[in-house]
Amino acid sequence: MKERWQILVIDDEEVMRESLAAWLREDGYTVDTAQSGLDGVSHARQKEYAIYFIDLKMPGGMDGIETMMEIRRMQPEASVIIITAYATVDTAITAMKEGAQEYIVKPCNPEEISMLVERIIKIKNLQRENQILRKRLTGQYEFRDIITKNPKMLSLLELVRDVASMRSTVLIRGESGTGKELVARAVHFSGDRAQKAFVAVSCASLAETLLESELFGYEKGAFTGANAQAKGKFEIAAGGTIFLDEIGDISPKLQADLLRVLQEKRFYRLGGTNEVQVDVRVIAATNKDLAEEVREGRFRDDLYYRLNVIEIQIPPLRQRREDIPLLARHLLERLSSECGKELSGLNEDALKVLLSYDWPGNVRELENAIERAVVTCRGRQLTADDFSFLAQAVEARTNFTVPAIPLQELEKLAVQAALERSSGNVKEAAQALGIDRSTMYEKIKRYEIER
Amino acid sequence: MAVITVVRFGMLDARIESEVMGFLARTLDCEVQSGPVLPEPAGALDERRQQWMAIDFLKALVAAAPARGRILGLTGRDLYIPMLSFLFGQAQLDGAAALVSVARLRQEFYGLPGDDGLLLTRARKEALHELGHTFGLVHCPDPGCAMSLSTNLPQVDFKRDAYCTNCGGTARARLAALNGETK
Ligand SMILES: Nc1ncnc2c1ncn2[C@@H]1O[C@H](COP(=O)(O)OP(=O)(O)O)[C@@H](O)[C@H]1O
Ligand SMILES: [Mg+2]
Ligand SMILES: [Zn+2]
Ligand SMILES: [Zn+2]
Repeated sequence: MKERWQILVIDDEEVMRESLAAWLREDGYTVDTAQSGLDGVSHARQKEYAIYFIDLKMPGGMDGIETMMEIRRMQPEASVIIITAYATVDTAITAMKEGAQEYIVKPCNPEEISMLVERIIKIKNLQRENQILRKRLTGQYEFRDIITKNPKMLSLLELVRDVASMRSTVLIRGESGTGKELVARAVHFSGDRAQKAFVAVSCASLAETLLESELFGYEKGAFTGANAQAKGKFEIAAGGTIFLDEIGDISPKLQADLLRVLQEKRFYRLGGTNEVQVDVRVIAATNKDLAEEVREGRFRDDLYYRLNVIEIQIPPLRQRREDIPLLARHLLERLSSECGKELSGLNEDALKVLLSYDWPGNVRELENAIERAVVTCRGRQLTADDFSFLAQAVEARTNFTVPAIPLQELEKLAVQAALERSSGNVKEAAQALGIDRSTMYEKIKRYEIER
Repeated sequence: MAVITVVRFGMLDARIESEVMGFLARTLDCEVQSGPVLPEPAGALDERRQQWMAIDFLKALVAAAPARGRILGLTGRDLYIPMLSFLFGQAQLDGAAALVSVARLRQEFYGLPGDDGLLLTRARKEALHELGHTFGLVHCPDPGCAMSLSTNLPQVDFKRDAYCTNCGGTARARLAALNGETK
């Protein structure tokens, strides 16, 4: 994927820089040009280029070597190729010592220059793959790993970035697969607790007593099988962050325990009599409407207010479709390298399929879809055919004909149909319609639907 | 109006032009016409290098280009840009003009006996390649595709005088749009 790599050509001679830029563009790179060292440096301040071609001899203040040093000071990872004429090769060799990767003597053989660029980009691709892999292994995500151009997402990320280094509790809401854990990790690894532990606990997957010992640890003999003292996740996360996923599912007893930890920063291990003191930042996540859970009496309001000091709501993927192409390309890049396949991208028809799908499972579902397509595809590019499993679902939806009746009646029909399908289970029907339960009850009442 | 106009500069053998025209019409399935013979751009020759500046040729082509469609110029001169020692051709990416030099496609350039068949095959590939750039195509990683970058003759000889499926798809979509505009 060459489009990702950008090249800057810095040369005072217009023909020189424009003809080289045009030649590199034919190779698929995005190329900018700058007409002086100063201009080049200000370009480098705006964005990071993978390769800088810098003419050695430039009039007006900054020569090639000075320009290179200034750019490398800002971007130590940048690759610099110094362009020189025969007469100044010695100076170019000096430039190598100052950190230029390469120099080329003009005029240069096209083969030489294309191989040089290819070699540098290959290394950059490998470094990037390693970096992505390392992140996958360690889960040490930062804000720049969260891919989005959706304005709502961007302003929400700005908000959490600001609180990254505070101790305040964050409550992250959003459907499953929207990236709640990713955001939680970014908050932790961007803040001043980054060197300490990030400990994730899924509250939904464990039985109450197990979850209790998981969170708070236990003393020897606390229960049969407790042969030694064990630290809980709160202790393991000391100084760092604990991520309580699916917090909406915990029992009233645990809600009380948790409230105490949040209020007093102290707790007892199971079977213990000594209080343990911890400094842990809590980030909680839920796909439930906690405010509604509070209204319905299933979630303590005092705990809710403790948790949602900072509350963010991640919109579902279908409400930020502009992110689909970005995410698809990113995921394709990662998954194709994980599968050891070299794919050049997605074609337009494939993108159309992805854009027209609703992604009830959000980014995780997109991830799974891309993985499935990468594994099964035959060509060098993913096509609509590779996503035919999605197209079928889309087709079922688009072939559905909507009767021309008032919208209100249509809504009533939808509510009725959803209830029928769930055999009268309001919670399930509400979920299928993508609304919360209280809204569902409201509609049942308004349309006088019998259950 | 034709979608592609083919012109030659100066002294180039007219047979090369007609061969390329016929080939493009067949391969791209569009109307191809012949344009006027263009003079070699004044000042394009670098006396010291004994080579001709590709940019000047491209500018001449842009000036001669019809309002819509693409123009392909053929020259027998050895082309260069300041940065590079030579070029087989050059084009405006997503633009109107494409340029091919046959100077280094001839066996004679390398001191070998001439081979007209080989020369014409190479010219077809490079014509398709440079025109591909005007359709927005960039170099293709498939070494057998006409859009793969060739910086030497073995690479030119290895590739086919056809696009791969991917490049062909893009080119056809572009041509279809152009066909509509030039009607
Ligand atoms: N904006 C994003 N950019 C990149 N990857 C994302 C983004 N959102 C989600 N993901 C990826 O999607 C998957 C699901 O995200 P996750 O944080 O586990 O969602 P949730 O916790 O809301 O269920 C993960 O592999 C995650 O890395
Ligand atoms: Mg999760
Ligand atoms: Zn090319
Ligand atoms: Zn191709």
